[in-house]
Amino acid sequence: MATATANTITQTTYVSPTRQRVMGMVFLGFAVAIWVLFGRETEPGVITTFGMAVGAQAGSIEPLRLPSLATLNILALASAFVGAGQLARGFGRYTNWMLALVTGFFIFSFLTWAAADKSLNLVGLLNTSLSRAVPITLGAMSGILCERAGVVNIAIEGMMLFGAMSGTLVASVTDNLWLGVLAAVITGALLAVVHAVFSIKYMVDQIVSGTVINIFSVGMTSYISSKFLQHYQELNRPGTFRAFPIPVLADIPVVGPILFNNNMFVYAMFAFLILLHVALFYTRWGLRLRSVGEHPRAADTLGINVFRTRYMAVILGGMMAGFGGAFFSLGSVGRFDEVMTAGRGFIGLAAMIFGNWTPFGAFGAGLLFGFADSLQARLAILGIPIPSQFLLMVPYVATMIVLAGVVGRGEMPAADGQPYVKE
Amino acid sequence: MAESKQPDTQAPAEKEPKKEQGFMRVFLQELTSQSLLIPILAIFTGLVLGAIIIILTSEEVYAGFGKSFGAGLSASWNAVRTAYNALFTSAIGSPSRMIAALQGDDALEIRRTFNPILESLVASTPYIFAGLAVALGFRSGLFNIGVEGQLFIGAIFSAYVGYRFAGLPAFIHLPFALLAGMLGGALWGFIPGWLKAKTGGHEVINTIMMNYIAFRLSEWLLMGPMKRPDSFNPVSPTIADSAKLPSFFEPPIRFHAGFFLALFVAWLVYWFLFKTKWGFELRTVGANRHAARYAGMNITVVTVAAMSLSGALAGLAGANEVLGVNYNLALAFSAGYGFDAIALALLGKSHPLGVVLAALLFGTLRSGALGMQLTAGIPIDIISVLQAFILAFIAAPAIIRTIYRLRKPGTKEEDSLVLSGWGEG
Repeated sequence: MATATANTITQTTYVSPTRQRVMGMVFLGFAVAIWVLFGRETEPGVITTFGMAVGAQAGSIEPLRLPSLATLNILALASAFVGAGQLARGFGRYTNWMLALVTGFFIFSFLTWAAADKSLNLVGLLNTSLSRAVPITLGAMSGILCERAGVVNIAIEGMMLFGAMSGTLVASVTDNLWLGVLAAVITGALLAVVHAVFSIKYMVDQIVSGTVINIFSVGMTSYISSKFLQHYQELNRPGTFRAFPIPVLADIPVVGPILFNNNMFVYAMFAFLILLHVALFYTRWGLRLRSVGEHPRAADTLGINVFRTRYMAVILGGMMAGFGGAFFSLGSVGRFDEVMTAGRGFIGLAAMIFGNWTPFGAFGAGLLFGFADSLQARLAILGIPIPSQFLLMVPYVATMIVLAGVVGRGEMPAADGQPYVKE
Repeated sequence: MAESKQPDTQAPAEKEPKKEQGFMRVFLQELTSQSLLIPILAIFTGLVLGAIIIILTSEEVYAGFGKSFGAGLSASWNAVRTAYNALFTSAIGSPSRMIAALQGDDALEIRRTFNPILESLVASTPYIFAGLAVALGFRSGLFNIGVEGQLFIGAIFSAYVGYRFAGLPAFIHLPFALLAGMLGGALWGFIPGWLKAKTGGHEVINTIMMNYIAFRLSEWLLMGPMKRPDSFNPVSPTIADSAKLPSFFEPPIRFHAGFFLALFVAWLVYWFLFKTKWGFELRTVGANRHAARYAGMNITVVTVAAMSLSGALAGLAGANEVLGVNYNLALAFSAGYGFDAIALALLGKSHPLGVVLAALLFGTLRSGALGMQLTAGIPIDIISVLQAFILAFIAAPAIIRTIYRLRKPGTKEEDSLVLSGWGEG
């Protein structure tokens, strides 16, 4: 079992010569982009200031002051160096890490250029990125649970939306946020039961079934919202989970305010991440779940109950999506608005693909997408002439690029989306 | 020739006998073979469930049951009756008023009484185009969830042509604007089609992503380059008169030539799918990719062409709304036509005629729901719920058979749609 587990994790490490060359060119392209787009636009002698503290720490921690042009040149050189190394020898199994590194260089260059002669609060930016990553990551984990067991779930969006609404309603009526969360989780589970029955029992095309749930959720939540929530304001006042600083850890400079001063949803997301990762890849339960998604017939032959495993996975996925939905209302704005998920469920789907159907990969993608989201909100303040809509497109474009296999193809579960017929 | 021999995924049994049997017998056969019965029952069951939701969310009903059981029942009946009555009269109109108006001579009164029907046709028109787009995709084995995005891009293209090239004569300007809309949609369909054919990237994911790219793009365009200079709202300038689809009545009545264009395009799609070699290839690829490859068909070309054509049809839906109804492009111009189109393409069994009928139903429902919102206080979103129910029952006919104790048809009439999973290239 141990070897099988290891195999699955390291499957993607082989790098073909073509891909090595393509990646080298991509890295060099980043280097050129940093130089042309940012370096040449920056005056010499300008300083970029990154704020490193928020709240109580603001007085005690000095902001980071970097000479803009020098920083940009160093980053461009470093990217070029990595690119040259990739072209000459290749980084083998570390290629994707190098891609992450160079992308990081590029993003940092962008920030350095954007905040040249100005000041940008890096800690605040990263903290918002993290909280915007929460629903995306939870949605992605919902997708991972379902798809690892072989059931495509494009209904994440609908499950989240319905969860957000029922969470609001129950929390407002009972005046208890935790009951609201419970209601959201149950709602997600109920919609997941529908998806599971449709796609496993009736073998309806799973995309059609997901579409049914999405259309139903948008219609039903908007219906209830405009019939009740808008008329009776007291039904739409659930309150929000407050940020809860973890003692000691929250006082760590820089890292503390980013990671350890958040509300319940952020900590829960981390807990679920670790739990799901361990459960999927290091337990018998996870091996069975994945085997059902890879080769249901073989799993069945070995005595695994394919149907039960799939039902369980889809329902757990629905609960995860419902929980993520509660974040929108109870973890963030404290009310329900029509169609408030605004496609975040689909970004979660994108993060799942981007993260290669692994929890931590999805979290990384979620962070990247959350970062793009929180950055676009600050562009106007910094006076950057890039329309915010283009940054909002990043998740979608990035997913299409990954899906096209330009920078390495994802390893989707082999039986994903195929109904299983027992013989 | 060879029409009867062509493989037909959706309705294999009903094709051959059609030639020699009369219409009535075919009709009866279809009824008993459930391919017509199931959709009708699905719609009926959807309406019943909608009524239950209306009852459950009506405050009068709860007040009634608070008094007595009988009062509760009559309140329930009243709630449903008021709602569906409003739905019917604002979708179709009042038959008695129509007859009275026809007997009189008042032209205005005649127009006024027939306006609800005309409004329903106006609402059906984008559904026809969008439904054809999804249906064409289904026929070629592709799931085009991107109709909504393609519709937006089509609308952007035709709106741009509509206001930028003012001064052209109408017989050039209007076709030009329509073609631009088709081109925009085709472009947005071409990209996922090409990615599917060349890299195997699944069209469902790619079209979902392209939808959101299209939304952001149109948001940017309407707040920036395409924004009407004298307005604070994200609205494009009004299109020139020469690009407007001709309408037949005075302004309050919006009925326009787009409806006839839609019918014509539906016939064109039918002709293309069932009477041409290309349509045959497209359907063969949809029915069995491997067989199509062995038969020497070029899967790549067919896939890319099918997605582009599907996108072009979706683009026409957007163009129709811009050139025939709104005369400008606003952010919220589409009421989710692209997503509802999935439901109605399945309801119409991906056949152009079925799509037209399903689109008429959906358009009537939507236009009726507007009146229902105004007079009965039922939010228009109930329509989406109804559509979700109908789609669910169409997709899982077994549920309908269980409810109405229908026998399962003997042959492989199992009309649920099965497409390739993520993994298959």
